[in-house]
Amino acid sequence: MREINEQSLQLIAKKAVTIRKNIITMLGESGSGHTGGSMSAADIMACLYFWEMNIDASQPQAPGRDRFVLSKGHAAPVLYAALAEKGFFPVEDLMSLRKLGSPLQGHPDMRKLAGVEASTGSLGQGISWAVGMALAGKMDNAGYRVYTLLGDGELEEGMVWEAVMAAAHYRLDNLAAIVDNNGLQIDGRVQDVMDVRPIAAKFAAFNWAVIEIDGHQPEQIMTALEKSRSIKGQPTAIIAKTIKGKGCSFMEDKAEWHGTAPKKDEAERALEEIEAYAHAKGIC
Amino acid sequence: MEKQATRDAYGEALVELGHLHEEVVVLDADLSSSTKTAGFAKTFPERFFNAGIAEQNMIGMSAGLAAAGKTVFASSFAMFAAGRAFEQVRNSLAYANLNVKVCATHAGLTVGEDGGSHQAVEDIALMRAVPNMCVVVPADGPSTKAALFQLYERQGPAYLRLGRPAVPKIYDNKMDMVIGKGIELRTGNDAAIIACGIMVEKSLQAARLLAEEGIQVTVVDMHTIKPIDSGMIIHLAKTTGALLTAEEHSILGGLGSAVAEITAAECPVLVERLGINDKFGQSGAPDQLLEHYGLTVQEIINKIHLLLKKKKAIK
Repeated sequence: MREINEQSLQLIAKKAVTIRKNIITMLGESGSGHTGGSMSAADIMACLYFWEMNIDASQPQAPGRDRFVLSKGHAAPVLYAALAEKGFFPVEDLMSLRKLGSPLQGHPDMRKLAGVEASTGSLGQGISWAVGMALAGKMDNAGYRVYTLLGDGELEEGMVWEAVMAAAHYRLDNLAAIVDNNGLQIDGRVQDVMDVRPIAAKFAAFNWAVIEIDGHQPEQIMTALEKSRSIKGQPTAIIAKTIKGKGCSFMEDKAEWHGTAPKKDEAERALEEIEAYAHAKGIC
Repeated sequence: MEKQATRDAYGEALVELGHLHEEVVVLDADLSSSTKTAGFAKTFPERFFNAGIAEQNMIGMSAGLAAAGKTVFASSFAMFAAGRAFEQVRNSLAYANLNVKVCATHAGLTVGEDGGSHQAVEDIALMRAVPNMCVVVPADGPSTKAALFQLYERQGPAYLRLGRPAVPKIYDNKMDMVIGKGIELRTGNDAAIIACGIMVEKSLQAARLLAEEGIQVTVVDMHTIKPIDSGMIIHLAKTTGALLTAEEHSILGGLGSAVAEITAAECPVLVERLGINDKFGQSGAPDQLLEHYGLTVQEIINKIHLLLKKKKAIK
């Protein structure tokens, strides 16, 4: 399933629609959670889980599996939607998001839910886990790859750059960090709150290979992931330009949708929009 | 009396563990010559990772390595391992219940001349408050080695608190210990001293001097602060009615607090806490600092006298 063709692009488009619908549905049900940054990452996650990564829901602990670490742990809904669609647990379980006793915690908990590789949520720590996993993979000649998804606001955490430095130092070419560059954080525009730009130049200065893409174009995401595999001796940063809240017009590019869940009517409108888009594009 | 720094014993034991277990990995943050992980680094270079001066990432990488099946020992000074990287220890290691042992050296006042910025006197309190954490404070070299081997066998995160200076050996090299079980080194019914780390040997000295006055005290090496040996504490409270805790740590949140929490609920008796009295450290020779802050044999004796006076007044 590594060809980039009509068929694989169609599948990814379909998975991204399903993921977005499930993000809206579960957040509508939970009444709290992070919508904007989940929606912005839906296309990236569809490519990772349904094209790129070697994972099997029936063997969640297989030693040779690829690993994904959601460093921007607040986007848990997009991870849960991908895992459910991949078969790690029944899609109905998404409705337990954030409820007492649920394995679907507000932020991912590896001890509660199969398929979650790292307990994250406190920003900056996930990429550090990913570096450790990639180091272990190198030590064991295990051949697996490690992926981590960061927010652009998250790059303000100093620890991120400690990890970025270490990944290059240890020449972790089995590691790819994807930045969900949606340009917004809780308090507003990233450039206004604390300007992290230029992101690509920063990673390049830390000796990473850098690829800049449109994070809503599966073909570009897949091509970047493919290219990352051929880069030797250094980790890859994929800077994916995205739109926060992507797929729902009234959420798009709005900081206030960072940590807000849709109300019932908002969820209905959002689902209608996503379905209308899918219909118009012939995705079914 | 033969002396050995607990950090030296740690460094030696780590190499032994490395020979025995292939999945043991060691991390440091540019202090390997001081924390004594350098020996492991030299023997097993492919299993040693220097994080540079970046303790937060050292703990984060430890989490990733442990999640991928490694048994990780991560070292730095107590100030940076428990202090600077506290939230990484809490959220990446303990919350995920990972098999990482944070082995922190240069704890307490005996860091010496480097001064208060480098003297962690709150680390036991911080680490003890975190769920899933096991906290061990060995008294000497042989018990450090025994603790390290025990911690290897025990799944989950742990904090091993070690010191800088050479300290007298109170155990022989073959000593064995059980995590969570205090060691009664001396028995007496007038009062009990529950100590950890360097204060164990000082407590033994104090007990010998007290015996010359006709006062018989029990001395316990309470090497495990968490999970603490509550059974032994309750027993000592019942049999002596007067407890003194002694630690090279703030009197807030450490061994003394742990003991008082248990007695308050199970068997309320007099508890005196000897430790650093809610103050920062400062520069000075280790022994001068211990003298200045009252962590001495004489102060233990004074506290026992005070306890016995209070005990008599109650009767």
